[in-house]
Amino acid sequence: MATESDSSRELTFEIFRFNPLDPGSEPRMQTYTLREEPYMTLFRALNRIREEQDPGLQFDFACRSAVCGSCGMMINGRPTLACKTLTSDLASTIRLHPLPAFKLIGDLSVDTGTWFREMGSRVEAWVHERQAFDPEAIEEPMDDDLAVAIYESDRCIECGCCVASCGVANTRGDFLAPAGMNRVARFMMDPRDGRSTGDWFEVVASDEGVFGCIGLMACQDVCPKELPLLEVYGYLRRRALGAAFVRKQR
Amino acid sequence: MDKIETTDVLVIGGGLAGERCAMEAAALGQRVTILSLVPPRRSHSCAAQGGMQAALGNCVKAAGDSTDLHFLDTVRGSDWGADQEVARIFADNAPVAVRELAHFGVPWTRVRPGRNVYHIKGQQVAIDEPAEKAGLIMHRDFGGTAKWRACYAAAGTGHAALYAIDGEVLRLGIEVRDRAEALALIHADGRCHGAVTRCLRTGQVGVILAKATVIATGGFGRIYGRYTTNATINEGTGAAIALATGVVPLGNMEAVQFHPTGLWPSGILVTEGCRGDGGYLLNREMERFMVELEPAKQELASRDVVSRHMMGQIRDGKGVDHPGGPHLWLDLRHLGEEHLTTKLREVYEICRDFLGIKPWEELIPVRPTQHYSMGGVRVNKDGEAYGMRGLYAAGEAACWDMHGFNRLGGNSLAETLVAGRIVGARVAEFAADHQIEADTGLALAFLQETELTIDAWLARTGQGPNVYDIRDAMGEIMMGKVGIFRQGDELQAAVNELRALHDSLDQAVLRCREPGANPELSFALRLKGMLRLALVAAMGALAREESRGAHSRIDFPARDDRNCLSRTLVRWGHSEDEPMFSYEPVGLLDLPPGDRGYGKASHVDMELSIEQYNDSVLTRQQEQGRLATQEPMGASLREGAWHDAEARAGLTGT
Ligand SMILES: Cc1cc2nc3c(=O)[nH]c(=O)nc-3n(C[C@H](O)[C@H](O)[C@H](O)COP(=O)(O)OP(=O)(O)OC[C@H]3O[C@@H](n4cnc5c(N)ncnc54)[C@H](O)[C@@H]3O)c2cc1C
Ligand code: FES
Repeated sequence: MATESDSSRELTFEIFRFNPLDPGSEPRMQTYTLREEPYMTLFRALNRIREEQDPGLQFDFACRSAVCGSCGMMINGRPTLACKTLTSDLASTIRLHPLPAFKLIGDLSVDTGTWFREMGSRVEAWVHERQAFDPEAIEEPMDDDLAVAIYESDRCIECGCCVASCGVANTRGDFLAPAGMNRVARFMMDPRDGRSTGDWFEVVASDEGVFGCIGLMACQDVCPKELPLLEVYGYLRRRALGAAFVRKQR
Repeated sequence: MDKIETTDVLVIGGGLAGERCAMEAAALGQRVTILSLVPPRRSHSCAAQGGMQAALGNCVKAAGDSTDLHFLDTVRGSDWGADQEVARIFADNAPVAVRELAHFGVPWTRVRPGRNVYHIKGQQVAIDEPAEKAGLIMHRDFGGTAKWRACYAAAGTGHAALYAIDGEVLRLGIEVRDRAEALALIHADGRCHGAVTRCLRTGQVGVILAKATVIATGGFGRIYGRYTTNATINEGTGAAIALATGVVPLGNMEAVQFHPTGLWPSGILVTEGCRGDGGYLLNREMERFMVELEPAKQELASRDVVSRHMMGQIRDGKGVDHPGGPHLWLDLRHLGEEHLTTKLREVYEICRDFLGIKPWEELIPVRPTQHYSMGGVRVNKDGEAYGMRGLYAAGEAACWDMHGFNRLGGNSLAETLVAGRIVGARVAEFAADHQIEADTGLALAFLQETELTIDAWLARTGQGPNVYDIRDAMGEIMMGKVGIFRQGDELQAAVNELRALHDSLDQAVLRCREPGANPELSFALRLKGMLRLALVAAMGALAREESRGAHSRIDFPARDDRNCLSRTLVRWGHSEDEPMFSYEPVGLLDLPPGDRGYGKASHVDMELSIEQYNDSVLTRQQEQGRLATQEPMGASLREGAWHDAEARAGLTGT
């Protein structure tokens, strides 16, 4: 059992509540208090609040280890993963809101899944391979440095924090947003993908793509996986301009 | 949502097994619908960090590896509980599955030619990788294998694999419903027709009728409460709804694996790779107890052996005190900041994010926790459930059964893909040969039963127990009495206590009645199934009077091949009070039962000859409901192919 030492802080949680399916529900802030425990994360805190104080409270966790991307929320105004937020890193009053830019399911729960699925379909986020898989053949060699680079950009967990932090994505639903741009870059750099820069042109070189970004770059600051989103934008802009040049030549 | 919908193939579960299976069926022309509690990429498969076993033999420490050695390691690791034909199918197909993932875009870590420095048993060892292997898929050691065999994508193997497979699902245009839960299977006369579903956005219930249905719902670690590395969504509904049919048996539910290094107190897994890369385990005296207790493999002995020694240390008072209970230390300090922030970055992040420490400066509190469910929905080698046509299972939810009583680290990710490919093809063939056969009446009858259950929960008021307290009590019983060391009297007490909890469920009261999915109601609807899984695991453990793999009985320390070389099967009809246990042979024996090569070695020999044992396997499994397979039993076993495998690889055979 987790022990609550007498010297531990009393935490105050101010949590956004709204159940769109309940005609009687109005958006409001609700306050809960909880004694802090050693190593307490918001995963632990929110579950305790739900189990002990308010069984209707909605939020999402799955892995509780910052790998699945379920638990993005606004913590004191900043989008981040709740499961990897230690209460000891926060002041004793903690304000929680759902991520903006996504459809609200209820309270702190938003529909990131649908957003990311649509994005994945739009950018065709799969390897457009050059030939069919041959089960008899050994694998094509790949330089490990390249494998590492692809892995690095493949690390996005689709939590939606960057989308929530993005001024453009919050006002324009069709903007691919940093996560979408990163996904594009991931496949662009993968030599197994047969798409040429020209094929990417429509997706990338438009206001829905890199040219929609107005350069606030909050995304890189909030990314829980510390993806180099600034570099991603730079890389895509160069590729997009290159593609525009190729088109003119044609 | 319409109340009754139809599809060709209904796949319950959007992890690696479900999605790989769905891909295969869709590629063969079937209309497939996937249900998942969460967006598929958030399935627990994404959490696997360490690697995926496949005998490619690419690096120096893997040289000479073969599917035969992989087969031998898998069967020995299972403590002979595995179906050896399935282990053979698995080992032979794992290389294809791994290479196919490369084709789908997984950025596997590759062989770097020239001088590489590896941490092996705590030492820095320089090895020259030959130029002709440059850029092939690299391997690492993952415990319990003769060669380095685990293929890995840095420290995010499961994530990379799941994203690649989900990309293929997107490409194929397969319908995916996330935040959708299967609550019951629709079936009659030994034929499955789909499932009753509930939407976790709205709380609406409905029916999806299908020609074929697949259970790929992953493990059920949450019956151990918070003593598990599993995600919060691993609550075992898939196994529970199969059990509720009363027809389909679950296999080996007592075979539960514990992971040596769950972060304490959160239970988050700290990957095996840490020990593979040279991490040490220390007790409160700062002693490396594994060196003394397992001189040969040390920290890299199989995980049940390591877990058991760790619990032994804790029992002997050598654990480190903590308000949440005693733990041990994982020492990674000597690996250094660079290694930890690159090669083991996920571990570094876990320490930073969940403990607030730097692992190159401080020790990491760990203790064993539940990790993997070897048991599950019992299926034949085609993945078809015993006793139920048109119902299949794959991945951790299934008891296919290549793991027997102990899964080797890295074998389960590979299983999800190998099984997904094979079972998906069988499912597609079945669906092509069949129509949707249920009538509306049957569908509505099952739907109504679910609706009545929901209504009953919402109607009950008063002072009854709350569902989360019941869950916590279940977790304490399971970890305390159905854990790593087991004993008859404790198991009996666990059965009694779980039984009482199960019965108390009828008095439990919800406090939330808000419209929508209602998180408390959603959980309550799973709880009976969870308690039933816990009960059959405890009863199975009590009845199995031997120690085999992860099932370790203090009162029966030897493996008993004379009486217990068998698989536990259990059935428990929805409305029946008692589960029914029975036993079947593990499958055809090719590698004769022998010494596992690690851990304690004692066992009671079989009385029957291998031939005598094998003679009755088919009929005895058929008596238990095994359905006919596409190819006859034994067709893929390649009997005796392992004979000189160890000599060929320059290993000393046993
Ligand atoms: C922390 C951790 C690390 C691991 N590391 C490794 C490793 O390095 N190597 C290795 O080989 N193995 C590893 N394993 C084991 C391996 O990850 C799992 O066995 C494997 O990923 C299971 O895949 P699956 O597809 O069977 O299930 P999961 O990935 O768990 O997917 C289950 C799916 O079923 C859905 N679902 C569940 N119930 C329902 C329902 N009632 N209705 C609808 N949908 C439902 C869920 O939403 C999910 O989509 C690890 C496990 C853990 C816990
Ligand atoms: S719960 Fe998975 S990222 Fe937080």
